[in-house]
Amino acid sequence: MRDVFAVIALGLLLLLGWQVIVWVGDYPRFVLPGPLVVAQRWEQAIRDGTLQPHFVTTLSEVLLGLFVGVTTGFITGFLLARSAFAERLLSPYIVAAQATPILALAPLIAMWFGSGILSKVLICALICFFPMAIATTVGLRSVDPRLMELGRSLRATRRQLITTIEVPAAAPQIMGGVKVAVTLAVVGAIVAEWVGGDKGLGVLINLARGGLFDTPLLFATLLTIALMGVTLYVIASLVERRLVGARA
Amino acid sequence: MDRTLDDITLSGIGRSFELADKRLVALAGIDLRVPAGQVAAIVGPSGSGKSTLLRLIAGLLAPDEGTVEVGDRIVDGPDPRVGLVFQEPRLLPWRNALDNVAYPQELAGRPRVDREARARELMSLVGLAGFEEALPAQLSGGMAQRVALARALTLEPRVLLLDEPFGALDALTRDRLDAELLGLWERLGATIVIVTHSIPEAVFLADRVVVLSARPGRIVADVPVDLPRPRAWATLDGVISSRAGLAVRAALEADALQETRLPGSLPVSAVTAGMAS
Repeated sequence: MRDVFAVIALGLLLLLGWQVIVWVGDYPRFVLPGPLVVAQRWEQAIRDGTLQPHFVTTLSEVLLGLFVGVTTGFITGFLLARSAFAERLLSPYIVAAQATPILALAPLIAMWFGSGILSKVLICALICFFPMAIATTVGLRSVDPRLMELGRSLRATRRQLITTIEVPAAAPQIMGGVKVAVTLAVVGAIVAEWVGGDKGLGVLINLARGGLFDTPLLFATLLTIALMGVTLYVIASLVERRLVGARA
Repeated sequence: MDRTLDDITLSGIGRSFELADKRLVALAGIDLRVPAGQVAAIVGPSGSGKSTLLRLIAGLLAPDEGTVEVGDRIVDGPDPRVGLVFQEPRLLPWRNALDNVAYPQELAGRPRVDREARARELMSLVGLAGFEEALPAQLSGGMAQRVALARALTLEPRVLLLDEPFGALDALTRDRLDAELLGLWERLGATIVIVTHSIPEAVFLADRVVVLSARPGRIVADVPVDLPRPRAWATLDGVISSRAGLAVRAALEADALQETRLPGSLPVSAVTAGMAS
């Protein structure tokens, strides 16, 4: 509980610093609006319904992309951990896909899969895939072989070994991968909306800074995105604590 | 004791391992029969294949030569009638003590209600009533090993195999657990094979002590233990100087002497002193 107060106190301090910079520098609204101006614009954008549809669009992209990326990443990580051959065969391509900047891939994906939700989900999934696959592989590789021998001595089936030993033992690393994926999914959705889209918080950023020249709205949108990322991360942490927390 | 117990028969067992590009012979020409209900201890220097022998009986390893029989069945894999306790507790750290004890029944597909009742019964049998909810990390080494023992007894094994089960514990805890193990054996009945480094532990627990030589492991002595049963803590003081204790020690020393009779050999006493502990 003390931590929560400390986090809030630090947040207030940062807001104050922001406000002081605005006062001292006396910047115009469209260069650097103060926190109060941004807060008013934020509230107004919610009240007149500007923000919500974009928020819902982005959140759906993030959640769907996360689901696809985490699932395929988990399955791939599992296969890589299981078979040295699969790892040698696939890992150069997986690494190459990860090393290629998502900003460069995104326009291609948008061109192939259209400007609808499908291309956004794919871009999100692609960016979540790598950390998830690596975390799963590392987690499963580090399972204590002595526990596996125990399982075999008790005649556990392959499936029982996976569900009662391997996955629980690898859960800390797997959940670490999920936490990284959660934040990356938000980045993926915004990038995807930038390269082609007519709705979503990424689109709203483009509108605010381009056509509307509404810097306070730009800031309000940025804060909304940050808030979405933090909330999803906190949820992932709570799930992690529930699954992993009790072991030591 | 209304259960039938199983004997263990090892015939012409040989087993080797590939290590790097070398072939290490762990066990050669092992013939051993442990009658039903007997406690057999296996002692020998490090690398004499003691743990390998146990894993062959448990069905975790297959022999290169020869056969292992438990009861009337040739061992070709792990068997629920055989309980196994390792040197480390090997508890699942994310499960509490009770769920760890219930784990073998869960794998065997027993209904939840039955396995919880059985696990509670076993927890109190090993003196851990009240610690059901404790996580492995919260248990001391001795308590964790008791949980492991309870887990090994869950499926009512006819054969209990123990691989240096109390070797990592302090001397006092080890003596106490040895005495409790004997108490459980007298009450429940089982054919027991225990691997140990300790001559006193071997003599105290066993009806006979089988001495293995250094690599490759062969049986160099099979010493009957003539101490009366039931044995209690008081028995422990006499085990080293008992006839069996001296015979086991002599067999180990004779084997170590051969080992050291290589060019530039060390004083024998230095080697054997290290071995006896």
